[in-house]
Amino acid sequence: MTDHSMANATGVDDDAVAHAPSIKSIYVYEAPVRVWHWVNALAITVLCLTGYFIGSPLPSVPGEASDSFLMGYIRFAHFSAGYVLAIGLVGRAYWALVGNHHARELFTLPLLSLAYWREVWAMLRWYSFTRPYPNRYVGHNPLARFAMVVVFLLTALFMVASGFALYGEGAQEGHWAHLLFSSWLIPLMGQSQDVHTWHHLGMWVIVCFVILHVYAAIREDIMGRQSVVSTMISGYRMFKK
Amino acid sequence: MTETFYEVLRRQGITRRSFLKFCSLTATSLGLGSTAVPRIAHALETRPRTPVLWLHGLECTCCSESFIRSAHPLTKDVVLSMLSLDYDDTLMAAAGHQAEAILEEVRAKYKGNYIVAVEGNPPLNEDGMFCIQSGRPFVEKLRETAADCKAIISWGSCASWGCVQAARPNPTRATPVHKVIHDKPIIKVPGCPPIAEVMTGVVTYMLTFDRIPELDRQGRPKMFYGQRIHDKCYRRPHFDAGQFVEQWDDENARRGYCLYKVGCKGPTTYNACSTVRWNEGVSFPIQSGHGCIGCSEDGFWDKGAFYDRLTDIQQFGVEKNADEVGLAAAGAVGAAVAAHAAASALSRLRSRPGTDQPKGED
Repeated sequence: MTDHSMANATGVDDDAVAHAPSIKSIYVYEAPVRVWHWVNALAITVLCLTGYFIGSPLPSVPGEASDSFLMGYIRFAHFSAGYVLAIGLVGRAYWALVGNHHARELFTLPLLSLAYWREVWAMLRWYSFTRPYPNRYVGHNPLARFAMVVVFLLTALFMVASGFALYGEGAQEGHWAHLLFSSWLIPLMGQSQDVHTWHHLGMWVIVCFVILHVYAAIREDIMGRQSVVSTMISGYRMFKK
Repeated sequence: MTETFYEVLRRQGITRRSFLKFCSLTATSLGLGSTAVPRIAHALETRPRTPVLWLHGLECTCCSESFIRSAHPLTKDVVLSMLSLDYDDTLMAAAGHQAEAILEEVRAKYKGNYIVAVEGNPPLNEDGMFCIQSGRPFVEKLRETAADCKAIISWGSCASWGCVQAARPNPTRATPVHKVIHDKPIIKVPGCPPIAEVMTGVVTYMLTFDRIPELDRQGRPKMFYGQRIHDKCYRRPHFDAGQFVEQWDDENARRGYCLYKVGCKGPTTYNACSTVRWNEGVSFPIQSGHGCIGCSEDGFWDKGAFYDRLTDIQQFGVEKNADEVGLAAAGAVGAAVAAHAAASALSRLRSRPGTDQPKGED
């Protein structure tokens, strides 16, 4: 009784800890992967917001033009965040080479493995409420991995390429972005306006991805059999039963 | 038939003495020695002016209308002194068989040394029957004339991209020149019409240096199409400051703010309007208060309204812009997520947590 009231007052309850079930954990996401994830998330947030306001600018600023640089700052933030996204992807690709095998899940898909597709099917059944419990996954679950590669990675690469193609238009000929991206991507897609339109659509694909990603992460955290959200902070995947 | 530069100068009343003085002055200003003077004189005395055959396909003649208004250089100097415009059915006096005969004559006499300037484009549907000239499809005339030329100039958006007659659904299958002629260097001078000084500038460059100007990847001369209207727009400070015309005839329009929000295509249009301007540099569309419509860009007729910032996406079969499509998709995904979350919560309530998990698996 005294122990119990002590625990109530202090929060210290060694007895309860001793009788609690032990939780197994595996170190999955190494520090560079976690840092990249959150930097990348921040960059995408900035890119979506500023990108939207480049396409549909805020109400006009009053006063002399020389007193304001609103559009300039919005574009500056967009370009800076774009560089962060692109350099981050390069760094992340490097870590896929030197990091643990979970770091490679963002860049590869075992499309020819039957077992992989069986697990994708299992996840689809779990999400459609036709399976009472999901399997336990150490890295990404197979469905998440599919979305990461096909939706996130490909869209991000397209956004980087089309983004630098548009950036290279302003930087003009002689700039590396013009040479590497504008010079071929703009004629390939028709004209500059088309690249703008597809770049804009790409943003909405990313927005849809973010909605699904955040929802699935929180849902798995609550209803799945392993930790998800905290894993991207601590790096450890914890398995509840 | 074709005169040399010297003969043209003499015909215009310039004495041989003045001509030689001009050669000396040219050599001096180029930093060349006295031995260069006779060589310059020799070149001007012997080199024939380049014959140009100017063909007209499906077009509205706005390129010609623009061309004849060139001020620097004057069109009269270009047409009468610099080049030998041997065929142009809009401008020439000859008609009928007499006029058509010159095409064959130039082709044979100046094989590989004449320039074909094309205004408009050939329609390919029904074997080219939508554009008949001198009794046969224009596409045949174009192919034959181009077969022995040195280079082709595609005047305007019609010859360069297709323009209005190639706009959806393009019933005549109007096709730009570079998709019909594949084995000749093609200089695209897009615009609807192109700026007069850009047109004469391209011709002057080719005659002066006897080579085609440096082209970008899409075949446009870099010196005129290397930058966007937006890059050199005098209203650019208002864009950077975030000052826009919100709607036509508002206070901001009167103040001359940026036309970005009312659909100006300056940020996506490569042309020289904001530097060279029109009518001897008097003005250009943005300066007169109207946004750029992007007339020198490929397919500018098919991008929806000229007054929308975000242009329509035809691929979806409905006239929606990227934001409308994207917002609908994001809304659908959001709704699906909310429904799924509700269903998840319900299923969790129904079966107590833990009971649905497999036993003895850890």
